[in-house]
Amino acid sequence: MVPRSKRIARPAIPTASLPDIAFLLIIFFLVTTTMHMDKGIGLTLPAPGRTTEVPKKNICHIWVNALGEIMCEGEIITISELREQIKRRLADNPRLIISLKADRETKYDVFIDVLDQVKLAGAKRISIASPE
Amino acid sequence: MRFRRKVGVETAIPTSSLSDIVFLLLIFFMVSTVFVRYRGLPVELPSAKKIERIETKRHITYIWVTAEGRICIDDMIVNMPQVKSVIYRKLSKNPRIVVSLKCDKNVPYGIVSDIMEELKKAGALRINFATKRKK
Repeated sequence: MVPRSKRIARPAIPTASLPDIAFLLIIFFLVTTTMHMDKGIGLTLPAPGRTTEVPKKNICHIWVNALGEIMCEGEIITISELREQIKRRLADNPRLIISLKADRETKYDVFIDVLDQVKLAGAKRISIASPE
Repeated sequence: MRFRRKVGVETAIPTSSLSDIVFLLLIFFMVSTVFVRYRGLPVELPSAKKIERIETKRHITYIWVTAEGRICIDDMIVNMPQVKSVIYRKLSKNPRIVVSLKCDKNVPYGIVSDIMEELKKAGALRINFATKRKK
C-alpha cells in the first residue's frame, strides 16, 4: 500500500473581504451621523411659586414693545447701545438682575436679539418676566 | 558584457493593518452616532452671537413653534393646554431633559412666553432657545 502524501490541512478564514465589509459599515455611519450640535441661548427658569424679594436698586428693567423699541431704565435706546449700557450698569453694581419684559406681540427675533445683547454684556442673572 | 541577474523587488502595500484602521473608524462613528429621530416642523431660527451648545444630545426634548403658532413636541403636534402634561410625562421618564425651543423668528413673543410658563409648571427648568450663529 502506497502511503498517501501527507497533506496538512490548513483551515483559514478568508479575511480578504473584511475591510470591504467594514468600509461599508463606515459609509453607513458616516452618512447617518449628524455632527452639528444643537446650539442656542441657555437659560434656567425659576421654579414656580418661588418669588424672592429683590431690592429695587438691584433690578434693571428692560422693556421691549410690539414695534421692537427697547427701553432700559426709562430711556429709549437702540439695540447697539444696549450692550454698553448693561455693561456699565453691571460694572456699577455686580449684583444687578436684568429683568426683561417683552410685549406679547413682539417678534421672537427681537426678543432673542435683546437676550443675546444682555448675555454678551456678561449678565448672569436674568429674569424673564411674563407679559401681563 | 554580462547582465546582472534581475533582482525581484517586491512592491506590495501592506494591507494587513487596513482592517484594523477601518474598524477603529467604524467604532468611532458607531459610538458618536445619535440618530435623528424627529424632523419637526419647518422653522426659521433667529440668530445670536452668545450661544452655547447643549452637551448631551440624548436628553434633549425639542419644541418647535412655527410662525403660525403650531406647536410640536418631539413627534406630536399639540396645542397649548397639552404642553404641560406632555412635558411632565417626558420628565417623569427622564428627569434630566433639556428643552430646546426651536421657534420661528416671526413668532409673537406671547406664545413663547406661554410655553415657558407651561414648562415652569411642568418642572422643566432647563431650557435653551435654539438659534443660528450670527455672522
